[in-house]
Amino acid sequence: MSQVERESRREERRVTLNLMRNLTLREIRAQYKRTFLGRVWSLINPLAQIAVYSIVFGLLFQLPVAPGTNSGLEVFPLWIGVGVIVWGFISGSVAAGMSSMLDNAGLLTKVYFPRSVLPVSSVLSSSFNFGIELLVLLAVMALVGGPLVLLYAPLLVPLLVLTFAFVLGISMVLSVASIYFRDLRHLWSIFSQVWMYASGVLFSVELVRERQEAFAADGVDLPLVAIFQANPAERFIEAYRNILYDFAVPTWDIWVTLLIWSAASLIVGKLVFDRLARDIVEEI
Amino acid sequence: MTAAVDVDHVSKSFRVYRDRNQSIKQTLLSGRRAVYDRFEALKDVSFEVPEGSTFGLLGRNGSGKSTLLKCMARILNPDSGSITTRGRVAAMLEVGSGFHPELSGRENVYLNGSILGMTRQELDRKFDQIVAFSGVERFIDQPVKNYSSGMYVRLGFSVAIHVEPDVLLVDEVLAVGDMEFQEKCMDKFAQFRREGRTVIVVSHGIEQMRTFCDHAAWLDNGVLQDVGVASDIVDEYADSGHAVTAGPGGGVRHGSGEVQFTRLSLVDEHGDEVSEARAGAPATFRLSFEASERIERPVFGVQLHTVDGMHLWSLHGRDSGFVPEAVERGSGSVDVRVEHLPFAPGAYTISATAQDEHRTHMYDSLQHAGHFTVLGGGFRTSGGMLALDGSLLDLRQG
Repeated sequence: MSQVERESRREERRVTLNLMRNLTLREIRAQYKRTFLGRVWSLINPLAQIAVYSIVFGLLFQLPVAPGTNSGLEVFPLWIGVGVIVWGFISGSVAAGMSSMLDNAGLLTKVYFPRSVLPVSSVLSSSFNFGIELLVLLAVMALVGGPLVLLYAPLLVPLLVLTFAFVLGISMVLSVASIYFRDLRHLWSIFSQVWMYASGVLFSVELVRERQEAFAADGVDLPLVAIFQANPAERFIEAYRNILYDFAVPTWDIWVTLLIWSAASLIVGKLVFDRLARDIVEEI
Repeated sequence: MTAAVDVDHVSKSFRVYRDRNQSIKQTLLSGRRAVYDRFEALKDVSFEVPEGSTFGLLGRNGSGKSTLLKCMARILNPDSGSITTRGRVAAMLEVGSGFHPELSGRENVYLNGSILGMTRQELDRKFDQIVAFSGVERFIDQPVKNYSSGMYVRLGFSVAIHVEPDVLLVDEVLAVGDMEFQEKCMDKFAQFRREGRTVIVVSHGIEQMRTFCDHAAWLDNGVLQDVGVASDIVDEYADSGHAVTAGPGGGVRHGSGEVQFTRLSLVDEHGDEVSEARAGAPATFRLSFEASERIERPVFGVQLHTVDGMHLWSLHGRDSGFVPEAVERGSGSVDVRVEHLPFAPGAYTISATAQDEHRTHMYDSLQHAGHFTVLGGGFRTSGGMLALDGSLLDLRQG
């Protein structure tokens, strides 16, 4: 009997994996169907953002950015490029992941399959785009900053896995929560704006440290840097910048922080999802 | 016989919100949880679906039959009780759900197949069959948004039917495509039955249920009324909506009663009542009635069943081009003539209906009130329900 059960469980897992794969492919294939530029669009968007931010914050505001530790790079657009692309993934994949359940309401009410397949495949397809963007970024860095970056490139793999887990946990919570509260989608677009600025996409921690020191000189003790760095998104972007801009290994405390955040996000996400997704069909 | 699906004391209720708080603002402002009533869709339902049967779920709209089907499909979870299924279950609640309009037919077959629980190897193996069955070979690499609605449905149905599950759940999707496609589907369902797979169907087309299913369960307001052999359950269900009275000849009757059948019988060429006919010989059925008032343009109908309830043939006046201007008050009769009675030797019953011109109002329906026996005759049969004008001939070799 247990043999049969094990067999059927393995079969079920195979079916689920196949479904996940096909849903992910559907997202990836359908996204740029019938557009003239096709997949190139996924690169044009961040490029445009990088251009705008570089002009405003690099050229006009002259924001100070420390040169890359090992690379010696001092190219503001590249520095901001890492932030824009990583942040684009975090906010974009959460937005897509959170609507994955509502968008597939027709499927949920008509067919049974493990419900978590939907947010997972949504985040997977976002990760696919993110992967391509990272490769392009890596190529540009190697061209501008030298081939040293390739030595550190393998570190992107575990980092990508951690980012995936972090984003997936949030997406799972929001995908079911947004069915109970439809406002969440709109709320998220506001929140992600705030979160972007709080994550140091556009300015470096140096700016925050300067402000903290200025306050301290006035006798006001505000742990601005600590607060700034308590933000997991900031830590993620910092780690990507370490690798891609500084050509360095992120410090161990960054790795530990990211690991904790990812694990916590995934565990909470799974718990909330399992609890709320059970009767989701009745609420759609 | 073992049970393919075991429904064990299943109850399910839904929240019906009086005013739904679907925004955070509403929840915060009202400072309380949303007010809702409970609607009990299923109340303590228990029965077993025998393995290899074609099982019908009968009931009016809102009786809980679709809810039960969704519980079997694991789309909904029962509040209490449990449903155990043996083997792979696939639900065909809507065909083509999950099709992406921008993707090609080919990509959608793989996508939809995996949604319905097929593995990749299985899909590779069955792909050609699926496409051939749907009849959209020429367009398989076109985006499905360019498909006609018929092609769309056929492809979706074709994928679903090729899942070949141990238990197939079907919700009112038998009427897809043109006649030819429907026949293909019926063939496929028959094949399912031969292979010992279980099919569970929800429908309110009761005549379809009678011929299609062998077992059935009847739900009303979420309560199981009865479960058993399909023809009995269908009769019970059909009678439930009407005041049923015992009629002559051991039949049951319902209807408004302006016309009432008094006798249903087989008659010979002289108009004398007989109880036997020969296979392949002419037969005339006489439907005698009594009208209590003048009825304009009545539609008479006859139905023949085997004694164990299998529906063999029906004909009514609209289809036969026989709608008299009126029947006057008093007694009368209508004859139904069959040139060659193609029934195998056995016992049969006669039923009759009288309806208004549009067949929406039932004056009288008298079921299984006439009885006759078919004896061997000119049409030979060695088995089966029918006796046809057939013969073996023409041995060829080499």
